[in-house]
Amino acid sequence: MIAIIDYGAGNLKSVQHALTTLGLASEITADPEKLYQAAALILPGVGAFQNAMVELNRLGLVAAIKENAKLGKPILGICLGLQLLYEKSYEQGEWGGLGLLSGEVIRFNTEWKVPHMGWNNLIKGTESAFGREITADDYVYFVHSYYVDTKNPEEVLFWSDYGCKFPAVVKKDNIIGIQFHPEKSGETGMKLLKSFGEMML
Amino acid sequence: MLAKRIIPCLDVRDGRVVKGEKFQNIMDVADPVVLAQKYSELGADELVFYDITASNEERDIFIEIVEKTAEQVHIPFTVGGGIRTIEDFRKVLKAGADKVSINSAAVKNPMIIREAADKFGSQCVVLSIDAKEQADGKWHVYINGGRINTGMDAVWWAKEGERLGAGEIVLNAIDTDGVKTGFSTDITRDISKQVNIPVVASGGAGTMEHFLEVLTIGEADAALAASVFHFGQIEIKQLKEYLYKNEVSVRRG
Repeated sequence: MIAIIDYGAGNLKSVQHALTTLGLASEITADPEKLYQAAALILPGVGAFQNAMVELNRLGLVAAIKENAKLGKPILGICLGLQLLYEKSYEQGEWGGLGLLSGEVIRFNTEWKVPHMGWNNLIKGTESAFGREITADDYVYFVHSYYVDTKNPEEVLFWSDYGCKFPAVVKKDNIIGIQFHPEKSGETGMKLLKSFGEMML
Repeated sequence: MLAKRIIPCLDVRDGRVVKGEKFQNIMDVADPVVLAQKYSELGADELVFYDITASNEERDIFIEIVEKTAEQVHIPFTVGGGIRTIEDFRKVLKAGADKVSINSAAVKNPMIIREAADKFGSQCVVLSIDAKEQADGKWHVYINGGRINTGMDAVWWAKEGERLGAGEIVLNAIDTDGVKTGFSTDITRDISKQVNIPVVASGGAGTMEHFLEVLTIGEADAALAASVFHFGQIEIKQLKEYLYKNEVSVRRG
């Protein structure tokens, strides 16, 4: 079972529907105990970084996420969920994150429209078995105003470009982050979620 | 590069997709969930569902359709029609919609835009504007299905919507809706230049050239259409190829 972590943010059902389509069992939960029972975790997210960290702390989920990460369980952060995996965010001030990955979350500094919303293409980074069916130039659906300035570019499997190159898919051992919405990215997104499901085997 | 979006629109009544000409002569097309699935497979970037009914029983059928679509279709979709309150927003978002579009109710109570943006985030608040050109060349905002002229300037209203927290503008030119004579390129460009949020052009799609024109000269971020897709006059795949050949950034297959 995959635990979809519910801290009051965003459209968790879409993630669950996508997993169900792939035949992957999941449960939407805010119970830290459930995180320990799960084979894998998904940290979704829409909304503000600060609120998310406050809620994760209040629900006692921060320690549970970190400990499960240490146990080697596959963990997938989606959108804001990816950003939460990093050390620090500059969204509306300066906020500490989960620190499972090294880097900072900063705002797009571009003349283009922000948020970066819509379908954008992927650019190949580090070779990996994860998402091996994805080809560069596949399009995926983004909605975000902030992106990760990573300290470890070798962890980036796919980049995208919106005035600057930024990480779209990152992987460090059992930790995966996806900046776009795989659950809303048609076939390409489903392939990535399938890859995540295979990490549980 | 960020792709220009192609968005089929499904007007739903009595649980079926319909398409009217100038909001009249409504005729039946198909099962909304089946059609949504089909469009997703054919390469639609997003979908819009408009509830064109009013009664409560039909509203419940519509919500069920939204739920079923969310289960089966894995691309973003917007729900509009009959959205009047924050509770209406909550209902359709909970049913699985990614964005909610608001039209007449926002004209009557602009603060609902801010309230919804604060509660659910700007990314899911779409301000839909029905507009019509006046004798003096200005575009006015119309409400209640295009029946009432508010006298409000459409460009001003789009900017005001952005200021209040809308995350996207849909501009529907009433005169060209359903008549396939082309999008209203000039007003689309005027609004796109004035706001810093995506602008979706709607109303008037008849040929692939119309899409090209509004996405380039009209500076629209997306183009929405219904009957040309429903009746198979334009295939989305073919349209994307055409746009790609004309150097428009699109998501293909």
